[in-house]
Amino acid sequence: MTRTIVKALLLTTSTFAAVSAAHADATLTIESWRNDDLAIWQEKLIPAFEAKNPGIKVTFAPTAPTEYNAALNAKLDAGSAGDLITCRPFDASLELYNKGHLADLSGLPGMENFSPVAKSAWTTDDGKATFCVPMASVIHGFIYNKDAFEKLGIAVPTTEEEFFAALDKIKADGTYIPMAMGTKDLWEAATMGYQNIGPNYWKGEDGRLALIKGEQKLTDEAWVAPYKTLAKWKDYLGDGYQAQTYPDSQNLFTLGRAAIYPAGSWEISGFNAQAQFKMGAFPPPVQKAGDDCYISDHNDIGIGLNAKSANAEAAKTFLSWVASPEFAEIYANALPGFFSLNSTPVKMTDPLAQEFVSWRGKCKSTIRSTYQILSRGKPNLENETWAASANVINGTSTPEDAAKKLQEGLDSWYKPAK
Amino acid sequence: MTSLDETGPSTPLKRPIRWHILIFLFPALLVYTAVMILPLFQTLWLSLFNVVDDQTVFVGLGNFKTLFGDQRWAADFWNALKNNFIFFVIHMLVQNPIGIALAAMLSIPKLRLAAFYRTAIFLPTLLSFVIVGFIWKLILSPIWGVAPWMLGLVGAKSLFAPWLGLPHSALITVSLISVWQYVGIPMMLIYAALLNIPEEVIEAAECDGVTGWSQFWKIKLPLILPAIGIISILTFVGNFNAFDLVYTVQGALAGPDGSTDILGTLLYRTFFGFQLQLGDRSMGATIATVMFLIILAGVSLYLFIIQRRIRRYQF
Repeated sequence: MTRTIVKALLLTTSTFAAVSAAHADATLTIESWRNDDLAIWQEKLIPAFEAKNPGIKVTFAPTAPTEYNAALNAKLDAGSAGDLITCRPFDASLELYNKGHLADLSGLPGMENFSPVAKSAWTTDDGKATFCVPMASVIHGFIYNKDAFEKLGIAVPTTEEEFFAALDKIKADGTYIPMAMGTKDLWEAATMGYQNIGPNYWKGEDGRLALIKGEQKLTDEAWVAPYKTLAKWKDYLGDGYQAQTYPDSQNLFTLGRAAIYPAGSWEISGFNAQAQFKMGAFPPPVQKAGDDCYISDHNDIGIGLNAKSANAEAAKTFLSWVASPEFAEIYANALPGFFSLNSTPVKMTDPLAQEFVSWRGKCKSTIRSTYQILSRGKPNLENETWAASANVINGTSTPEDAAKKLQEGLDSWYKPAK
Repeated sequence: MTSLDETGPSTPLKRPIRWHILIFLFPALLVYTAVMILPLFQTLWLSLFNVVDDQTVFVGLGNFKTLFGDQRWAADFWNALKNNFIFFVIHMLVQNPIGIALAAMLSIPKLRLAAFYRTAIFLPTLLSFVIVGFIWKLILSPIWGVAPWMLGLVGAKSLFAPWLGLPHSALITVSLISVWQYVGIPMMLIYAALLNIPEEVIEAAECDGVTGWSQFWKIKLPLILPAIGIISILTFVGNFNAFDLVYTVQGALAGPDGSTDILGTLLYRTFFGFQLQLGDRSMGATIATVMFLIILAGVSLYLFIIQRRIRRYQF
C-alpha cells in the first residue's frame, strides 16, 4: 500500500517536472475567480492566442470566487502571484494598483478600443492611469417566460403602468407567481431590484455623478422613488419571499413557476441550459411612455498585469490580444450575458444576449450607483443598500426612512470634493 | 492544609530536578505557543495600531474609542453583543434543560433502545455546520421545504412563516437550529454524571422514602451540579465564539437587517471585509480583543465565584 503511494507520488512529481521542462519560453499564469470559465479558457481562448503567438504558453489558474480577493492579496504580498491578474471592478483593484501590485497599462496597444465609461472601473480617480484591460460588463433587465405571456395574452411592458398591469394580470390568473425574487440573500433586492430599475429615476450617469459630486442626495426624490416602486413589488412575489434565496428564485423561474425574473445578463447561459420554455427580455420599464430609458451596464471583469511579473513583455502581448476584437468575439459568444466592452460591435448568436445588448443602442448606459468611490468608507454604502432594499421590500422600513439612513451613513464619512 | 508534614521542615529531602518532565512537556508547549499564544498576543497587539495615511501607527486605545465612541461602530457592536446574549440565553434555557431531561430519561434502567436514542440524539453534533445549515435552510424553505407541508398535513399551514427571513424570528430560529445540533453534548455529559452516582446513595434515598421526582431534585440534581456548571461554561464560550452556523444560514451580513448579527459575524465582516467593503485588520483585531475579554470575564466569573461555591461529593 505504502509502496503504491510512493510510486504514485514519484510519478506525479516526474510528470510535473516533464510539464515544466516543456515550457521553454515564457509561461503566463492567469489568476481568476471565474472557475466556471475554466473550460472556455482552456478550449477556446488560450488555443486561439497560442496559435498566433508561438513561444508563449498561458495557464488559467482560477480560485473560488469567495476566496479570490483574500488569496490574491496574500499571493501578491508573498510575490507568488501569477503574471496576469483578473480584476474586480473599482476599489478592490484600485487598491492593488495603489499598493504597486498592478502595472500601469495606459499606453498598452489596444487600450484605444475602449471608451472612458468602459475603463472607469479600472482607472484612477484623476483619470490618469488605467491598470486593467476591460473584459466584460453585465446588463440588468427583466427576463420573462414567453410561453406564459402568450398564454395570458400579455404584451411586453414598456412603461411602469403596463408593468404593474401585467403583474396584476398574472396574479389574477394564478397559474404563475408573478415575479421570482427573494429578500433572504439581501443582494438580490439591491442588485436585481434597486440597481435594476433605479437608473430610469436618477437618469443614469447624470444622477450617479451628481451623487458623487454631492449635488444630489440619496434622500432626493430621484433616489427615493425607486424604493417606492420596490415597495410595491412585495404583493407580486411568491409566498415566503422573505426566506427565498437567490438559487430559489433562479429555480422558481427556470422550472416555469414564475413569469418574470428581475435579472442580470449573467443568468443567460444558466437559464438557457435549465429552462424548458421560450424566454424573452425587456429593459426596466420607464415611468411614462416616451421617457428616455437608462440601463445598468455594469463593468464587471477586467484583466491586469502583475507589476512584478518576470514575463512582462509576453504578458503585454497577451493583454493587447485581450483588448482586440477577436478576443471580444470569442469571449462574448462563449459566455452569453458577459458583454464585451470593446467599442467594436461584437456579433453574438444567442437571441437573449442579443436582446440585452440591443438596449445599449436605444437606452443610455450607466454603472451601479454605489460602486465607484461611494463604497470606500464605513458604513459601506453598497452593503447598506442591500439591507435597505430588502427592508423596503419586506415592509420593515419605509422608502423615506431607508433613504435617510443611507444618506446619514454616507454623510458620516464622505465629503464630496467641492 | 495549615499543618505541615512532620518530617518536612527539619530534614529537607533533596530531590533531583526531574528534567524529563520539562523535556516531555517541551514539544507540546512549543506547538501551543506557536499556534495559540503568539497569535493571541499578536491580535491583542494589533488592536493597538491603525493605518493612518498608509502608515501603521501606534494609536493606543484609539481603536477601542472608535468602537465604543463612534455612533455607528457602537450601534453595530451593541447590536451584535445583544444578539449574542440572546443566542446564549436561548441555549441556556432550551439546550441545557432539554439535555438534562434527555439524560435523565436515558438513565432510567427500564428504558428500551437507550443506545439507539443516545446515538440518534448525539449524531447531529458530529455533522458539519455546513450540512446542518443547509439541511435546515431546506426544511424551512417556504418553497421546497417539508416544514410547510408537514404543518399542512395537520391543518396548521397558517402557522408557517418564512422564519429565517423575518427580523423578529430569524435569531430565535438560528438559535434553535444550533440547539438541535448541539443538544447531544449536555446530554452526554449529564448522562455520564448520572451513571457515576453510586447505587448505594439511590438505595439509601429509597429507604428514606425519597423516590421519583423528589429523588431527582433532592439527590441526583445536586450530584450533577458540577457537570451542569461545566456545560454552562462550555455553552458560554461556544456561543460567544459562534460564527459558522449564522454564516452558513444567513450569510456574512447576518440578515435580515442585521437581526442575526453576532460578534463572530461582525468580526468576520470587519477583519476580512465583505463584497465592496475592504477588510480592516486593526478594527477586526479590536473586536477580537473585546470578544476575548468578554469570554475571559465570563470564564473568570465562573471559576472564581461560582465553581468555588458548588459543593462536590466524593464517594
